[in-house]
Amino acid sequence: MTKKLPAKKPVSKSASKKPIKKPIAKAKKLDPKTQTIESLLELIRVTSTEIPDDVAKTLMKARSQEEQNTTASYAMGIIKDNIDLAKFKSQPLCQDTGTVIFFVYHPPGFFQNAFKDLIKKAVVKATQKGYLRQNSVNSLTGENAGTNLGEGHPSVHFYEHNKKEVEVKLVLKGGGCENVSTQYSLPDTTLGAGRDLAGVRKVVIDAVYKAQGKGCGPGALGVCIGGDRADSAYNAKKQLLRKLDDKNSIPELASLENEIVETCNKLGIGPMGFGGKTTLLSCKMTHANRVPASYFVSISYMCWAFRRQGVVLDKKNTIKKWLY
Amino acid sequence: MKRLNYPFSPEAVRELKVGDMVLISGKLFTGRDAVHKYLHDGNKSPVNLKNQIIYHCGPVTMKDKKTGKWTVTAAGPTTSIREEPYQWEVIRDHGIVGVIGKGGMGQKTLDACKEYGCVYLHAIGGAAQVLAEKIKSVDGLYLEEFGLPEAIWELTIEDFPVVVTMDAHGNSLHKEVENSSKEVLKAIL
Ligand code: SF4
Repeated sequence: MTKKLPAKKPVSKSASKKPIKKPIAKAKKLDPKTQTIESLLELIRVTSTEIPDDVAKTLMKARSQEEQNTTASYAMGIIKDNIDLAKFKSQPLCQDTGTVIFFVYHPPGFFQNAFKDLIKKAVVKATQKGYLRQNSVNSLTGENAGTNLGEGHPSVHFYEHNKKEVEVKLVLKGGGCENVSTQYSLPDTTLGAGRDLAGVRKVVIDAVYKAQGKGCGPGALGVCIGGDRADSAYNAKKQLLRKLDDKNSIPELASLENEIVETCNKLGIGPMGFGGKTTLLSCKMTHANRVPASYFVSISYMCWAFRRQGVVLDKKNTIKKWLY
Repeated sequence: MKRLNYPFSPEAVRELKVGDMVLISGKLFTGRDAVHKYLHDGNKSPVNLKNQIIYHCGPVTMKDKKTGKWTVTAAGPTTSIREEPYQWEVIRDHGIVGVIGKGGMGQKTLDACKEYGCVYLHAIGGAAQVLAEKIKSVDGLYLEEFGLPEAIWELTIEDFPVVVTMDAHGNSLHKEVENSSKEVLKAIL
């Protein structure tokens, strides 16, 4: 896979062809706000139309492991073609462009509200350009404003970090796979799952079994052990920011992650639920403290169309680096 | 790889078996929640659906400003199970011989498939671009008042790839996979 380059704007190209009266930099120079919107728009475009390298690698490995001439390998072949075609045409991988979730990491003294406004502008622009479908519906009235803005949309989370630069990560979370995401409260007597890692393992595998092919598998999981109901679900989703080939720094969780993937792939659910070897691409786990009375395990299921990307912005708000 | 070519018929779809990989060429009509409810409520279909295939899909469409012609830019399947309360009736009353979607459907639909000669064809979820490429032309738009994704779109397709997951003989791949994975699950837990 070729590395993505920061946005090449046609502006600079055409400017270089014309007799240069003004310095090229002039043509490229946007005011800081417009530049931020442009960079965020490019982040949305790439997230919606290209699979991150780590996911692509895992999917291609899964594809090679399916037996030839099976419905599973047929499905994986079409998935590969779709990844190539979406990138080539710069059009959404899937027509459900999902819940738009931003994670912004910024230095101290950063203006969050102003940045959120720019994110909203970029989202509206991305919707007009077709990188995002008109996908946000008012839950009370059923109205779709067609802009992807509304109560809680887009979802934006801010974190202060010690670096000088701003990092923006984006996840597009599809509806089909969100519908099979779930939360368990341990102990779970029907599954015989107690309040320990053995119990956690049972409920996670049960969630994958229950999802069957409905979440457009092969899927990837983010899991959080503990927390209250809300934090637990949020932290599970945040695990989707981890690269699929990284290793958990907590040894018990690292081995549990691997074991769950291996075990779930024995279920034989396969791509799209057609039956086959790859049911799960990855499982990423974290934990949060809980009160003694509760023990929640939250599972965020992501479809094969795993859309996540991130950028580092430089001082001028141009894209300095891609994170995935 | 099998082929299913237009015009379709109950006899032709009865030849198909669970697990068959099929390329469909000919014609499709999209229809999702609003259309199914509308037909279920006893309204007359604006198009004759006899021996046709219905596709659970809310396509992303664009109209050329000059020519007024429509094109489909993304066309993956949507989750079919939402139509489970209606689908059997639509099969019975309108004579459709194929349903394309994702995720599979339930017993009522499976029974209707057997009784009236219909199959459930699973498209690849998320493959919006590959599937849009197989759509060669947009030939009609009906019930536009439901909104563009919910309307009925008449489409010409070529080599549209699907897998038969529920056939006209009472077999369901979804049931099979669920049962076999349940056995494995029991052994694991
Ligand atoms: S679950 Fe993912 S791949 Fe499937 S339709 Fe939804 S967004 Fe697309």
